[in-house]
Amino acid sequence: MGKVEKPGQAVREQALIDQFLADNVLFLGPDPEIMHEHDIAPIAELEREAMRRESDPAVLALIRDRLQAGANEAFEMLEQMGAAPGAKWGDLITGVYTASGDLAVSSAGGVLIFASLVHHPVKFINKYWTTDTSVGVRPGDAFIHNDARYGNIHNTDQSMMLPIFHDGRLVAWAGATVHEGENGAIEPGGMPSLAEQVYEEGLKMSPFKIVENYELKKDLVTFLQNSVREPKLQYEDLKVKLFVCRRIEERVKSAIEEFGLDAVVSALRGGLEDTKKEVSRRVSAWPDGTVRSMIIADGTLRENCLIKINLALTKKGDELIFDFRGSSPEFANRANNTLLSSLKGMLCQLFLVFVWPDLPRNQAVFAPIRVITDDKSALHSSYTTPNAQSMMTFFPAFTAGQQAVAKFLYGCPEKFTKVIAPWHNMIHTFIYGGITQHGEMVGNLCADLNGMGGGAHADRDGEHAVAPIFAPMADLGEQEMNEEEVPFIQIVSKKLMKDNQAFGKYRGGQGYEMIASSLGSPLWGFMCSCIGSKIPSTPGLFGGYSSPTYPLCKIKGADVFEVWKTEPQKFEFSIPRLMNERPFKGASYTSHHSGLQFEIANRGDLYMITQGSGGGYGDVLERDPELVIRDLEEELISHETARDIYRVVYNPETLLLDRAATEAARAAERKARKARGLPYKAFLKQWATEEPPPHLPYYGSWGEDRSTIYAGPFAGVPRARMNAAAIQPVYMPNPKDVKIAELERRIQMLERGASV
Amino acid sequence: MKVPVTEYLEIDLERELWLCRRCGHEVGPARQAYKEGLLVYARDPAEIHKPILDPALYEFTFAPDGKWISILEYYCPDCGVMMETEYLPIGHPPLNDMQFDLDALKAQWSGREPLTEAELAGPDPVGMSQHHHSHKQKHEHGGR
Ligand SMILES: [Zn+2]
Repeated sequence: MGKVEKPGQAVREQALIDQFLADNVLFLGPDPEIMHEHDIAPIAELEREAMRRESDPAVLALIRDRLQAGANEAFEMLEQMGAAPGAKWGDLITGVYTASGDLAVSSAGGVLIFASLVHHPVKFINKYWTTDTSVGVRPGDAFIHNDARYGNIHNTDQSMMLPIFHDGRLVAWAGATVHEGENGAIEPGGMPSLAEQVYEEGLKMSPFKIVENYELKKDLVTFLQNSVREPKLQYEDLKVKLFVCRRIEERVKSAIEEFGLDAVVSALRGGLEDTKKEVSRRVSAWPDGTVRSMIIADGTLRENCLIKINLALTKKGDELIFDFRGSSPEFANRANNTLLSSLKGMLCQLFLVFVWPDLPRNQAVFAPIRVITDDKSALHSSYTTPNAQSMMTFFPAFTAGQQAVAKFLYGCPEKFTKVIAPWHNMIHTFIYGGITQHGEMVGNLCADLNGMGGGAHADRDGEHAVAPIFAPMADLGEQEMNEEEVPFIQIVSKKLMKDNQAFGKYRGGQGYEMIASSLGSPLWGFMCSCIGSKIPSTPGLFGGYSSPTYPLCKIKGADVFEVWKTEPQKFEFSIPRLMNERPFKGASYTSHHSGLQFEIANRGDLYMITQGSGGGYGDVLERDPELVIRDLEEELISHETARDIYRVVYNPETLLLDRAATEAARAAERKARKARGLPYKAFLKQWATEEPPPHLPYYGSWGEDRSTIYAGPFAGVPRARMNAAAIQPVYMPNPKDVKIAELERRIQMLERGASV
Repeated sequence: MKVPVTEYLEIDLERELWLCRRCGHEVGPARQAYKEGLLVYARDPAEIHKPILDPALYEFTFAPDGKWISILEYYCPDCGVMMETEYLPIGHPPLNDMQFDLDALKAQWSGREPLTEAELAGPDPVGMSQHHHSHKQKHEHGGR
């Protein structure tokens, strides 16, 4: 102050400061400009020129098909050669990117969430490493990445990206992404739910160069191998991904040779622009308006609580906006937070798989669609919050979207798939870790997560255990092959459980029971990571019911392999019978929510879970009674369900249907509904509360007001109320401390002679 | 023109009314929430999703927790069809889940013909379908 400044001096000083700052960046964190943009890149000069010179649709279509075949071929190679269990069942994607980094052609199969996610790291490399003299992007280079904060689902997935040059000029990128599993996190298998900080989630690779002259850099590979529990897997799959990227490079180069550079560049960019235009056109055919949906995620994987995922989906003209404001705040020390870019990836997949499966597989499918979230919410979490189990919030967000989209689509004349109820959205599977029968340390997961039940269609039942929510085509793998590599067996596998069904006019596809037990290992353990044990994760559509809820069941302390030697008749191949009849003396029988942190499993202990059902469609009283009889014949439902839910009358011995009695039973139930139902306004008066009731550990907005966000109460921590514009992350107490406090309270009461 | 919006609801564009697609009951003005014209019943979720494990032995039984949520069942006051189910935390106000722009809907449908049941349900994905799009649809969308 008081200093006299000459005009121009301030400008020169600012320029100096800017230059100094640019030259001395302390830390290149995720770039918000890159991470918040999911539109295709602005057209480059190379692309504009190419499109002007080559625009023959026949030629461009031929090239697109050629590159698509190349991506599919690379996918096959990766699936066949990849060492990761995830690779073997198709949990991967391959593709061709434009020089700017847009994913222009991706493999038809695999995990399409990646389709609108893995472009972020390519754009980071383009922006920062190309001009950096210590890094550079040259022919023969390739880069690796896994940190979701730079664009990914979670850091168990690793991407390799290889620049493709023509006459010394960068013209495209080849990419391959695989769910590798193990990543050196606090728990084995790559998806820790125990992580309370990002630093406990294992390797976090920002994009860096790991290949020069088409050769892996041994020093870096060695460092990575030392950072994970499966060093051989880390090395093998780096080699495989490099080989696959080189194959894609070969396909792009041969296309350039045959059709010329202009044609190839024009095909890549043109495909993106055409797709974006087509999406806008298709959206235009939907009715204008707003559809609302909410899903309660019933836990963080460490504890049960009510985590609100709130969606208002608005369509106006050719605009479509996902507005998730009012959803739960982020959790400072839980792994269930979703980064905005990961959320968009999952929503893109909704359209690629379930709405417009005929569209080209590229990121432009999501380009015209907007997403709004509250900062620091569970769907737009900050840099420091853990995200390894982001699925626990972005799967429910997907489901809210799937339910909302169906309400726009039903009456729309232009559809490309059946209208369906929500797909089952939880990954019921065993994550495992320990020493194998071959003496090797491993950490990974079973393919059974791909056995999710399909949602009921508007004109037929959902398919049982058909495909995961995140990929249209994926395998379950052969259990017998798994057992050659890992020391546990699935004693019960692929058995459909009675009444594990979302009821409706058309029922959801059902999931199967699994009972696993370890055998032949000096040290072995399991993890599970699902929500939906107290509140169903997957709702129905148009009057259909949701999936049931799913517990984790355990029987410990009775070695089942010994039981089989001495009293084999005591064993039942059924979770309900084992749990309800408790046949093994001295064993402990427990049921839990299905967020199990890594736990040692002794030989013969039983770990039991169930795959989930897709949502039901329509009123149960409209289900064709013949279909109910068929479900009885196939032992999908019990007599109680046929009688009490579907109101079907038949001879229980012969299953002979009595149509007239069924009609009468259903008419009586419709009459009963009218007698017990209250007019909406009267109902509202007795039902609705101003705030969440005090007994609910509730996170998110309440009712229509999205500006006030509630958090808690939980385990003695009182409820917080905050403004949605200034969210404070939620800090959860350690579940063990919560349990200790409860036990101490009981001891105190016992010491006072009171009854507990 | 009556435009189906869900399996059980349609909007009568001329009269601006929500109608029951089963019995034609006039549910209410289409510029308001359709739920206001329906009967509602809050159901203990364990009545539908019954415990598969013995609730006397276990906390987690495959049945949802009725202390945390209820199933709101919405019935047509005339024919008793269950039009919607809504799983809500105890006390949470129901969502105004469908708010369509009536004027835009009228404009959009001025050139459209009513849809068949099969068209409402939607086609099998391209490449799997045994059927072809109707002539009408082809015409409407320029023979896509
Ligand atoms: Zn009716």
